[in-house]
Amino acid sequence: MPEGLAKRAEAARVRAMFEAAGALPVETSVLQPAELLLDLYGEDIRARAYVTSDALRGEQMLRPDFTVPVVQMHMQHGAEPARYTYSGEVFRRQEDDASRANEYLQVGYEIFERDAPHEADAEVFALMSSVLRGLPLRAATGDIGILMAAVEGLRTTARRKAALRRHIWRPKRFRALIDRFSGRSEVPASRLALLAAADPFAQAAPEIGLRGRREIEARIAALREDAAEGPLGAGEVALMEAILAVQETLPNALEQLSDIAVDMPAIAKAVEGLRRRTGALAARGVDVAQLAFEGSYGRASMEYYDGFVFGFYAEARADLPPVASGGRYDALTRQLGQGTEIPAVGGVVRPGLMLGLKEGSL
Amino acid sequence: MSLKLGVPSKGRLMEKTFEWFAARGVTLSRAGSAREYAGKVEGIEGVELVLLSAGEIPRELAAGRIHLGVTGTDLIREKLGQWEQRVEALAELGFGHADLIIAVPQAWVDVDTLDDLDAVAAAFRAEHGFRLRIATKYHRLVREYLRECGVADYQLVDSQGATEGTVKNETAEAVADITSTGDTLRANHLKILSDGLILRSSATLYRARNVEMSPQARSDMTRLLAQLDL
Repeated sequence: MPEGLAKRAEAARVRAMFEAAGALPVETSVLQPAELLLDLYGEDIRARAYVTSDALRGEQMLRPDFTVPVVQMHMQHGAEPARYTYSGEVFRRQEDDASRANEYLQVGYEIFERDAPHEADAEVFALMSSVLRGLPLRAATGDIGILMAAVEGLRTTARRKAALRRHIWRPKRFRALIDRFSGRSEVPASRLALLAAADPFAQAAPEIGLRGRREIEARIAALREDAAEGPLGAGEVALMEAILAVQETLPNALEQLSDIAVDMPAIAKAVEGLRRRTGALAARGVDVAQLAFEGSYGRASMEYYDGFVFGFYAEARADLPPVASGGRYDALTRQLGQGTEIPAVGGVVRPGLMLGLKEGSL
Repeated sequence: MSLKLGVPSKGRLMEKTFEWFAARGVTLSRAGSAREYAGKVEGIEGVELVLLSAGEIPRELAAGRIHLGVTGTDLIREKLGQWEQRVEALAELGFGHADLIIAVPQAWVDVDTLDDLDAVAAAFRAEHGFRLRIATKYHRLVREYLRECGVADYQLVDSQGATEGTVKNETAEAVADITSTGDTLRANHLKILSDGLILRSSATLYRARNVEMSPQARSDMTRLLAQLDL
């Protein structure tokens, strides 16, 4: 059978398994309005997605994933609770690695359900595991919700928390902010000069552009307030770092995080969620004693996930992208729901990679 | 196919390139009238001169339609993904120096670093309902740099010329452009961020990698590079 057809058959097989698990099959367009994806992901999406345009509709993107259109569809007229499955091509620019496919099949499973989020998390993970059974894969998991709870719980200003929350998915900038708020990095000379100036506008050039004097004054006031604020406590910073450093089997990670929660009660609820998820996974036959958990997993590449995150990787083939990945994205439904929201979790597999691993042809 | 050398087809870059080769005993010139884009090579056999826009030279090198080409570092890196694997830099020619930088209005007394720009971008989006616009023609380089530095909530708007004027015209809030002296930026009331240097660029002679060459072209290349002391 030609390779393309074999991949399609594999995708159909996986989709049938998702349908058997109770999912409703749905379709989405290949061309997606670019504006929405740009609003969600920012300019970085242009490095990952193909953009095209016409004179009538403006910019369109070749579907970089299914999640956004499926969420939109559900938010417009979905019943509750709902389970969906889909299969089809997604398109990703690969300008730095010619060996990575820029067009490949994805088959996905998404749950929109208000009750028992840990059960829904476990259902998605267990279903992915069963679809992938027999392949030489290792799974990694994480929970961005714990980190978000830790940020919310910091004893600092709302403004600093908002800055940290905004950069949870950009580890380098997040670290720079922590260093600055805790007084570990030096304040730039230009900032010190600005704060010390009696009249910061004394030698200002003519005003040009949309950002006006009032906005500049507001930021200077905010910077002055922030400079008057004390540094983040060393203890809190150490706890935050301890969360990010967790890299253990799930039961051990749970123990470590429970210990951290004693000193940082703000994460207790999120850790309790992890405990219930672990129980739900075990109840579905997942070998949690062997399952890896990393405190910083899922921060670099999957911007809309805000809770449970997971990926399945080919053992001994670190060069390959994940064969399956997914997570919880409650905040995305809030952003796309225009006033409504619903907890949601899902995952995708790549049938092309599954087939390649089965046949040893990768 | 004979050995093809691509050189910018007009202006100072062309003249300076001609001078650089002439100093090494290879005389390049335009054939016929000044309007005709055909070239002539004297002082060495077997080399064909191809006059092209500097912006098209990266693409022609990558496609293997020319073997050697003179263009700016900025254009190679902007236009070629995995550029190191597609071209090899043989020599910096000592002219065409320019920096690709990020600049904001001088009136933004609260902004000096990318950290400031990022914070301002978040506030600007909340205030104006759209992402802070940075005008540029170097989309790839600017986007990669800002991603690497963790700047969010901005958008790039395309500007193929007179980029420094976009802020005053309110089609952008900041610019990312090439500058050599900074005079144009200052004249337009813009200042460079202290960590806003994306790339130092200069006119460079590149060789195409992975291009099929006849034995004749190969030996012509060897002779030419020897003559150029490379």
